[in-house]
Amino acid sequence: MTSETGAQRLHELLTGQRDEFQAKWIRSVATTLRGRLSEAELHRELGDLYDALTGAIEAGGLAGRGSDFGEVRSLLVELSRNRARQGFTPTETAVSVFALKAVLEPSLVGDDAAVGSYLALARLLDDLGLFTVEEHARTREEIISSQAEQLLELSTPVVKLWEGVVGVPLVGTLDSARTQVVMEKLLQALVDSNSTQAIIDITGVPTVDTQVAQHLLKTVVAARMMGATCTISGVRPQIAQTLVALGVEFGDIPTKATLADALRLALADADRQRRLLAEGTL
Amino acid sequence: MSDRVPVMKIGDVLLVSIQTDLEDQTVLDLQEDLSERIVAAGARGVIIDISAVEIVDSFVGRMLATIASISRILGATTIVCGMRPAVAITLVELGLSLNGVRTALNLEQGLALLRASRPEPGVRP
Repeated sequence: MTSETGAQRLHELLTGQRDEFQAKWIRSVATTLRGRLSEAELHRELGDLYDALTGAIEAGGLAGRGSDFGEVRSLLVELSRNRARQGFTPTETAVSVFALKAVLEPSLVGDDAAVGSYLALARLLDDLGLFTVEEHARTREEIISSQAEQLLELSTPVVKLWEGVVGVPLVGTLDSARTQVVMEKLLQALVDSNSTQAIIDITGVPTVDTQVAQHLLKTVVAARMMGATCTISGVRPQIAQTLVALGVEFGDIPTKATLADALRLALADADRQRRLLAEGTL
Repeated sequence: MSDRVPVMKIGDVLLVSIQTDLEDQTVLDLQEDLSERIVAAGARGVIIDISAVEIVDSFVGRMLATIASISRILGATTIVCGMRPAVAITLVELGLSLNGVRTALNLEQGLALLRASRPEPGVRP
């Protein structure tokens, strides 16, 4: 009993009773998914997979990781990705592949050669099933990291407070990565909205360490180099004490206790600048 | 090889619009050209528009400050305008703060700032 004759036999079996096996496979997978995937979609997915599998066995035997199984693997990648996005568990994804074993089982009993064929098929499908689990996990990872990124984006809104004044209300823990995002978004907002005043409000920030303070200082200096003035507001007594204890120097950077104070300052500055500009352009 | 940056004259303002990424020699040439033009044209203001510049290294950053100091000595106010966020971040990361250089968001604001900041002794037109 060589693997070639095993593969040949499997191929004959798979092509010979194609329609019947496909229908059975789809039915058994459909029961495990309990109607969360439409019949038509399942039909298309598994139908394609079945045909690709038949083709691959004919061309490349039973080496599931070989080059002849390229199409099968790409179909499995697609299937795993779809399932992962729709919230299926890895088991449910893998079972879709394993179910084919049970479908072929009745036809593979009888003579001695059948045992060999069945074992070969089992090995192949186990391999492909594991592949879907791997792919499933990878897709979940991707989803998680993209969500983390979105969360970071969402948590740093830049709002226009007044004509020529933008503000960044920060809520929650500040870390280096987040401060970096704040910096980039704020500077871009200054350019986009043609604003000369920016207010970073840290009322909702419970603690500030040296690294974060350093980042805030950098943001202010960068804004200044672009021709805008940046004020930090909402510095809580606790934070002010910490900053002084840490030896952080804010130098000539304007800081205010409340957002209202900062806004008043910014408006006065904007007003003064407007007046100067108006005089200058006369 | 070294392309010279054009220096344009509008009234008593010299406008330098930098269109390419700066090489060291280009900046040195600009420093030389500009100081001569300020004297020759009797310029009161210099505007350096760097909105097309995507990459600035520490040398160029320092040279901008040097150019500003030179023109101040020659009696002209220098305003650097249009710095991109990425460039500003890079300069900050390099530890440069361009102290003593006046900045504006864009050319329009730079011009207005220059007009506004100029002391106008005597009669107003």
